[in-house]
Amino acid sequence: MDFHFTPEEEAFRAEVRAFLDENLPPGTNTNDPSFIAEWNRKAREKRWIGFSWPKEVGGGGATIMQQVILKEEMSKRKAPPLGTCFMGLAWVGPAIIQYGTEAQKQRFIPDILDGKYQWCTGYSEPSSGSDLASLQCKCVREGDTYVVNGQKIWTSIAMWSKWIILLVRTDPNVTVKHDGITCLLVPMDTPGITVRPIKNMSGGAMFAEVFFDDVRVPVENRLGAEGQGWQVTVSALAHERSSIAEVEGLKRKLEEVKELARRSTKNGRPALEDDGIRRRIARYEAKIEGMRFNGMRALTKQLKGEPLGAETSINKLLRAELEVAFGEIALEMQGSAGHLEKEIDGGRWQRFALSWPEVVIGGGTPNIQKNIIAERVLGLPKD
Amino acid sequence: MNFGFTEEQELLRQEVRKFLDAHCPLEEVRKLMETPEGFSRDLWKQMGELGWIGLPIAEVHGGAGLGWVDLVVLLEEMGRTLFPSPFLATTIAAAAIREAGSDAQQAQWLPLLADGSKIGSLAYLEASDRHDEAGLELAAKPNGAGFVLSGDKVQVLDAAAADLFVVAWRGGLAVVERNAKGVTVTPTPSIDQTRRVGRVRFDDVAVAAGAVLANPAALGRVLDLATAAVTAELLGAAEQAIRITVDYAKEREQFGQPIGRFQGVKHPLAEMYVDVESAKSILYYAAWCLDEGDADASRAVSLAKAYASEAFARIGIDAVQLHGGVGFTWEYDPHLYLKRSKWARPAFGDSDFHYDRAIALGEK
Ligand SMILES: Cc1cc2nc3c(=O)[nH]c(=O)nc-3n(C[C@H](O)[C@H](O)[C@H](O)COP(=O)(O)OP(=O)(O)OC[C@H]3O[C@@H](n4cnc5c(N)ncnc54)[C@H](O)[C@@H]3O)c2cc1C
Repeated sequence: MDFHFTPEEEAFRAEVRAFLDENLPPGTNTNDPSFIAEWNRKAREKRWIGFSWPKEVGGGGATIMQQVILKEEMSKRKAPPLGTCFMGLAWVGPAIIQYGTEAQKQRFIPDILDGKYQWCTGYSEPSSGSDLASLQCKCVREGDTYVVNGQKIWTSIAMWSKWIILLVRTDPNVTVKHDGITCLLVPMDTPGITVRPIKNMSGGAMFAEVFFDDVRVPVENRLGAEGQGWQVTVSALAHERSSIAEVEGLKRKLEEVKELARRSTKNGRPALEDDGIRRRIARYEAKIEGMRFNGMRALTKQLKGEPLGAETSINKLLRAELEVAFGEIALEMQGSAGHLEKEIDGGRWQRFALSWPEVVIGGGTPNIQKNIIAERVLGLPKD
Repeated sequence: MNFGFTEEQELLRQEVRKFLDAHCPLEEVRKLMETPEGFSRDLWKQMGELGWIGLPIAEVHGGAGLGWVDLVVLLEEMGRTLFPSPFLATTIAAAAIREAGSDAQQAQWLPLLADGSKIGSLAYLEASDRHDEAGLELAAKPNGAGFVLSGDKVQVLDAAAADLFVVAWRGGLAVVERNAKGVTVTPTPSIDQTRRVGRVRFDDVAVAAGAVLANPAALGRVLDLATAAVTAELLGAAEQAIRITVDYAKEREQFGQPIGRFQGVKHPLAEMYVDVESAKSILYYAAWCLDEGDADASRAVSLAKAYASEAFARIGIDAVQLHGGVGFTWEYDPHLYLKRSKWARPAFGDSDFHYDRAIALGEK
């Protein structure tokens, strides 16, 4: 056990810090579009966007440790994201790098790195959520064209995206449902695509239903082989492994909860002096520290070249619990005013308490994570 | 950066596991727990010869000079099989002498503990049941350069087997031999028969100046080391309780299928696994902090103990419950782990105590 870093790693950390000192001085308005443009131009110059991707495709070719250091330093300073094409950077790009043709790589990767436009993800369907592999969106090949008919749902930012990574069923007659699924890359302005935004419980509309009515997609837009769609997407999602940024985010949130506890009152005293509140906060702290060192243990395995099992599911479960708990304790500490829309802190805790489904449901539900742990780690029978 | 065990540590784990599986499987533990002494002198001797008792004792004093991270490996394995022995007690006593004793005092006592020829134990908890110095009320009257001690210590690990006690009072620590005049030991049987504790009474016990440890302020660190050790052992036990229950859930069939297929069974097991793995992660960090003298050690120890003892309490209960009727029998093993959790939860401070301490330390 050794928490020391090599001189090269320390030098890289210093480089990141210097970059942050120069480009993210305190008080920067990180919502200002001209700042974001400049920030990403400089990050791109450093090759910190797509940092883990191979150099040949324009990535940074970074080692695992460099990726960790960059993420850690960035999230410690609350830096804005590196790059603007969120889903392109998170899984579309990695899938294309792993399974794409040369032409696909040239066509899509530079634009993802430059954040030219948004990608969205068309996996879930009305009848296929947790059981994603049961998806039914129909796809028939006619010569050099695929014809798609069906529906997707919960497609985040579909209304602002130029492209969609789409899972369709090319073979309905397979015995194993994971086979017969194919991955297509489809322009959102293709005739026959209709997007209908869905209002969420916070009142906003970030996701949508997407309908496909005789949508014609050239065969060259297929990613991977026909029937290989499941592997293409699963291995790309596996790139989202390290939980360093999430841990830093949760640590910050816990500090904010403590700060709220200091200025809220419970039974005539600051809530932070209440035993019940203090112990709940200490429990959250233990879970966050657990996540932090779970992450390090997983990282150590990765560095040794050992495959990761269900380690990420452990942290996903803990995070889900904390995301809900923070909103709850915040509103409880605000007492009778807890339900008021904008009375305290402009309503940021109320918004927080209504946004956890993004994390808790969006990335695979807690029940599904528990199944993964029970089946893949403990070896219990599949249900 | 490397947050894993070294090859040597992995090897140590395998060796200890092999030794315990061969010489002290649960059937043997069950036999030992029915004996008056509760452990095997023969295995104790063998462990001394293998160098495990002296593992964290400096080489000049006859030990292996390893640290708390190594000790964690050993204790997790002992917890796994509920290995009954005065190892934990002796390790904590040795740590106290190492941290608080002068060079001469260390040279006098540590070699005797390192090879197992003497069994030691820390006597600190009193009727106040407080895990801090403020709870210490043992009277220590100055007597020349030494002291005269009067009062009771409770929950003293392996009190009946101990040859020497490291006794704490407010502002002081001393080594007192079991056969000193005025020392009375009364075993206080636990529902956990694999764990022996007792009450030690001091009636005007004279302590010579040479036995008064030079640096009593080290008590805080000693308690941190002890708490980390207890946590390692309890997490080994908790992990095994999950293992036993998982194995049973794969075998036992109801409604035409293994009960492990029901989510009412598999999900609690997954949750317990998450808790044990996460508490282990914090504990490893805490042990590393203790070895490195890192300032974050106390907070990390407290978070680990708080998290682990709460998780183990639940695991003990669920292990019994998920076994159904056989879980209630003497014959099946879950009750042994449930009972261990009843000792482990309050030992060296329960969850409330350690959560309170952790959050207070974080505010400093
Ligand atoms: C904010 C947000 C953004 C999203 N963005 C996208 C996106 O961009 N693209 C996309 O394709 N999808 C997206 N999704 C969809 C998301 O992946 C699904 O909502 C999720 O997989 C759950 O599927 P479901 O909604 O159909 O719920 P269901 O699968 O119907 O689950 C309902 C309940 O049943 C439980 N359940 C289901 N199966 C089991 C089981 N085997 N054992 C125990 N319990 C079970 C679940 O845990 C859950 O509590 C998004 C979702 C949200 C909330």
